[in-house]
Amino acid sequence: MTSTVDTPEKAGRPAHRSGLVAAARAPRWIRYALLAVGLAAALWLPNGLYPAVAVDILCWALFAVAVDLLLGFTGLMSFGHAAFWGASAYVTGLVAIHAGLPFPVAVLAGALAAALLAVPIGYLAVKRTGIYFAMVTLAFAQMVYYVANEWRSVTQGENGLQGVPRALFGLDLTDDYYFYYAILPIVLLGLAAAWRIVHSPFGRVLVGIRDNPARARALGYPVHRYKLTAFVLSGFIAGLGGGLFAVGHRFVSLDVLHWTTSGKAVIVVVLGGIGTLWGAVLGAALVVRLEDWLSFSGFEAIGLVTGGIFVLVVLLFRRGIWGSAVVLARRWLARRHR
Amino acid sequence: MAGQALLSARGLTRDFRGFRAVDGVDLDVAPESVHALVGPNGAGKTTLFNLLTGFLRPTAGRIELAGRDVTGLPPEQVARLGVARSFQITSLFPQLTAQEHVELALQSPSGLGWRFWRSAKLMSRYQDRAAELLDMVGLADLAHAPAEALAYGRKRALELAIALALDPKVLLLDEPTAGMGLEDVDRTVELIARVRPGRTVVMVEHNMSVVGRLADTVTVLQAGKVLVEGPYDEVRADERVITAYLGAADAAR
Repeated sequence: MTSTVDTPEKAGRPAHRSGLVAAARAPRWIRYALLAVGLAAALWLPNGLYPAVAVDILCWALFAVAVDLLLGFTGLMSFGHAAFWGASAYVTGLVAIHAGLPFPVAVLAGALAAALLAVPIGYLAVKRTGIYFAMVTLAFAQMVYYVANEWRSVTQGENGLQGVPRALFGLDLTDDYYFYYAILPIVLLGLAAAWRIVHSPFGRVLVGIRDNPARARALGYPVHRYKLTAFVLSGFIAGLGGGLFAVGHRFVSLDVLHWTTSGKAVIVVVLGGIGTLWGAVLGAALVVRLEDWLSFSGFEAIGLVTGGIFVLVVLLFRRGIWGSAVVLARRWLARRHR
Repeated sequence: MAGQALLSARGLTRDFRGFRAVDGVDLDVAPESVHALVGPNGAGKTTLFNLLTGFLRPTAGRIELAGRDVTGLPPEQVARLGVARSFQITSLFPQLTAQEHVELALQSPSGLGWRFWRSAKLMSRYQDRAAELLDMVGLADLAHAPAEALAYGRKRALELAIALALDPKVLLLDEPTAGMGLEDVDRTVELIARVRPGRTVVMVEHNMSVVGRLADTVTVLQAGKVLVEGPYDEVRADERVITAYLGAADAAR
């Protein structure tokens, strides 16, 4: 019987600290440089793209980050997040149309409604894991879809909510270019909130729950309640995105609640890289841009292309674009240090 | 005896689809004692552990902790009431460092884990205590190694550090020396001996020399039932135990 031998030189190498959130352990200058590049790109975006597409990218970035909060940091794949994105879109639209409030207030109301809706759905869903969790969330999202479809007096059914105003203290935001810069601070706040949640004591518990729920319970953490809280926070952030989307399009259609919207959010996150936040944002930019380009070129089967890319990513780059880039960058840094 | 027990079970039973894994077990763990559960494979030791820690609900019977009925409570509540456990199959968070494991355990009783709006840097308030505990189990130089990079014996030591971080009334150790080399076994026995003053330890253990060195009381389980209970030397000499279990183990040695 030989005794187990440790290899501290392999295990304890401080330069190679693995940990909770892999991306956060990159050297500080790289993190700040990334942040600067990201902010510069966000400020430049409507100058390089059709501004309406840039607005969509911002909304979808929030939506994808919300899904990643669950998928990447809690280990829960929601296949029904359209419920929160769409419910907020409707509530935002209704508040904006009927109350005439500034659009950020309407969006906040929408996001709060989405968070509220996430309480009962999450309460029932977090008792399941894996594919069952995905199915439960999908089932509830379908229920929300049918309620919106039937409740015509409020949602206008298949006609959708028309003429959602972009009111903001008399400012003229009809031009998408200016509207983009009006919503950018809200989006950045939402993204910062997600970043903070991931890098909080709460976020650490979530990652523990993701990696070993039984162990987390043995440590005294009420796993269901943590998951539910993460679910509600995620619903709120998805709601922020959905509300802005409604104001951005000045119109809310049943599409916002359709199951393909939930599926697209998951695709965006997987494509960009699960559990990275940055990847969700990047994935949103790429997918929204690609879909716009395809539809502009008169291509009909958009789903075929995004679906095909999704399959390729899952088969070839399981870490997604951002995750794979991080791995490559790490290797490059390690080689340079040698 | 029942009145003074810190942790006790009465008629504890658990069925799995017609198979009775634990069958009417009465158990009394005296405060500040080391109580070993031994028995052949399939005797129901780990099932009993899972019942005592809330990971399984008993089919019948009752569990009391310091006179309080804790039957059927979920594991996180049992943990909060002061029952910490280690797992037979090492159960860690693969990507977390050793230090992060202990910090997460230390944080658990506080409300800090709910603060999603605060920085994780706040957890550094636990780093001194975490370093102390890691030092105690001999992991000081591996504090920043991810758990998945630790050798087996070190993972077991980390399990112990995490359980101790909860400052439990009762420490339940499921085969703390399973799969260890002799050197690590000695180290673990020393470690348990060092942390036991003032604590109550319940351990499942196959290694009879470990049981002999640590346990005040031994309960022998067989086919889900208590076969014999008593001090180590008495149990070791018991005819029924020798035929059921110890004889085979001694012969193998």
